Amino acid sequence: MSTETVQSIPKPKLRPGDRIFSGSALSAGTLILIALAAIAAFLIIQSIPAITTPAEDITILRGTDFFSYAFPLVFGTLWAAVIALVLATPLAIGIALFISHYAPRRVAAGLGYIIDLLAAVPSVVFGLWGGNVLAPAVQPAYSWLEKNLSWIPLFEGPASGTGRTILTAGVVLAVMILPIITAICREVFLQTPVLHEEAALALGATRWEMIRVAVLPFGRAGIISGAMLGLGRALGETMAVAMVLSASGAVTFNLISSQNPSTIAANIALSFPEAYGLNVNVLIATGLMLFVITLLVNMLARFIINRRKDFSGAN
Amino acid sequence: MTAATDRRAATSRDTTNAFASGSLPAWSPWVILGASLGAVAAVFGLIAAATGETFSIIGTVFFGFLASTIVIVLISRLVEGSRQATNRLVTSLVVLAFVIALLPLISLVFTVVSNGTNRFDIEFFTYSMRNVVGEGGGAIHAIVGTLLMTGTATVISVPIGLLAAIYLVEYGTGRLARAITFFVDVMTGIPSIVAGLFAYAVFTALFGPGERLGIAGAIALTVLMVPVVVRSSEEMLRLVPNELREASLALGVPKWLTIVNVVLPTSIAGITTGVMLAIARVIGETAPLLVAAGFTQNLNYDLTEGRMQSLPVFVYSSYVAQGTDAQSYLDRAWAGALTLILIVMLLNLIARLVARQFAPKLGR
Repeated sequence: MSTETVQSIPKPKLRPGDRIFSGSALSAGTLILIALAAIAAFLIIQSIPAITTPAEDITILRGTDFFSYAFPLVFGTLWAAVIALVLATPLAIGIALFISHYAPRRVAAGLGYIIDLLAAVPSVVFGLWGGNVLAPAVQPAYSWLEKNLSWIPLFEGPASGTGRTILTAGVVLAVMILPIITAICREVFLQTPVLHEEAALALGATRWEMIRVAVLPFGRAGIISGAMLGLGRALGETMAVAMVLSASGAVTFNLISSQNPSTIAANIALSFPEAYGLNVNVLIATGLMLFVITLLVNMLARFIINRRKDFSGAN
Repeated sequence: MTAATDRRAATSRDTTNAFASGSLPAWSPWVILGASLGAVAAVFGLIAAATGETFSIIGTVFFGFLASTIVIVLISRLVEGSRQATNRLVTSLVVLAFVIALLPLISLVFTVVSNGTNRFDIEFFTYSMRNVVGEGGGAIHAIVGTLLMTGTATVISVPIGLLAAIYLVEYGTGRLARAITFFVDVMTGIPSIVAGLFAYAVFTALFGPGERLGIAGAIALTVLMVPVVVRSSEEMLRLVPNELREASLALGVPKWLTIVNVVLPTSIAGITTGVMLAIARVIGETAPLLVAAGFTQNLNYDLTEGRMQSLPVFVYSSYVAQGTDAQSYLDRAWAGALTLILIVMLLNLIARLVARQFAPKLGR
């Protein structure tokens, strides 16, 4: 009896329209995965000649081998991104708290929109602003740092005369990644269970104590993943660095001197238009390294976000 | 909360209120802020008058804020105790963070507008840079290139992105859908210059080295645009109530017609907004176009033949390669930057208007 009813359930009729539509939707989805694989494949294929060819045959390497060419670039990329992250993360947490817990409800959304405006400004405009306005404006500060704080290795000097140092580039990058970190922190802070907040306040906590015991622990994963997404953006940002930094290829932690490491992306942008032959392959190989670094950072960030989604007590 | 206790204190002024005593009145931070701004302005004004330097507004605001923070924390510590003092310190810091974030925005908008208007004239929008050395010339070739490449990228990536989003929301279950979601998220973080290198590598493999075409730039932009379109469309499709789908299916409408006639019309406003924001994001991309499409001084309408200039690359190359009469190159760069910002702001504005005007009619 029961087997008969199971058999008698009508099978959904598959119409040709349905089949075509679901097929094209599926292929569009798969196409994205294929595209990502193709990006990796094409970059790898184009990079191989850069590593297998003897270094003397590649003019851009200037006698060294590929990895000693790439090392200062990788260092510069990480260093600039870390500076940007150190500057931007506390600021972003502060702004997110301001919008979610301090500003009056009525203006909070508008204030959030103002911060989002920063994200809408094209990177080349940031570069133009950083090179023409910010660098001359901060140069006196660098001279002051050199005069008074040169015992700290970071400010060893001699101070750059143009202000186009890795710190300036880091500040521009920080401004650029501020909106993305702020947006994610704000979202997470707003999700804090209201009962937790009210419980803290009812126990006599001040607003800051409430934030410290209820909001920040709840949002910790969000802060971390937001910072990592910002890091991913800062690692790959090209124009702002290319137009602000005057790079010499030195490997140094000195923030204010005119000896600065370049970044992978900026180096590609500056060298690519004149590159030919195997030099192009070298640049693409550095691009592949950048791709791998940002892919790892982004995957880690997404992993943290997704894990948090499963276990958060918000819902 | 403090305001309520204050009001209570005010109504019974003659009796001491146990809740309001030992706390500062609500207006005290504002008064202290105003007083310290005034004091710092006076000091700075005297210094400026004595040394002959210009009066720094940003410095005044910054140090005034700093002084008021220190004063309020000290007073609060004496009157209210250390916990309230910490609370007030953090409040000041949080407000300060917001103000600091506004500074670059204000400075950037101000400089772009004031410098960009120098060359924001008819010649800028009607001339290319062909045979122009020094003054004059314009960016029509860059504007045309930007419109062509961004338009092509939009035409390619909207169908792909929308279909992929439909797959994720309506069909996708299990491992493949999860993989696509994850990698779309990862793809949003691809450095733009890597997308440019990818497009360049593809066209090198097809047509030999050194090939820089408008269509390659469009492909690079597509790589950057598809994940954004997928993410926003997916969110909008998920907002469509399931009751609508079930009602349509219960009437015997095939699934694909349900999607086309019920789900998409309901969410079309949100999808349009998402697409416009995606366009606004890629229209300012410089690095991929620099790598894949190159730069040129000539007007080029053909995506498949020769290099193509774009507005961001125009700004970049005018800034990097300042020829004789550097100021006119800089002026053109600023004018290009102003045009770019106006386009992006316009797209953002239209997107938000569309979202507000045609918001999904979810009822209830």
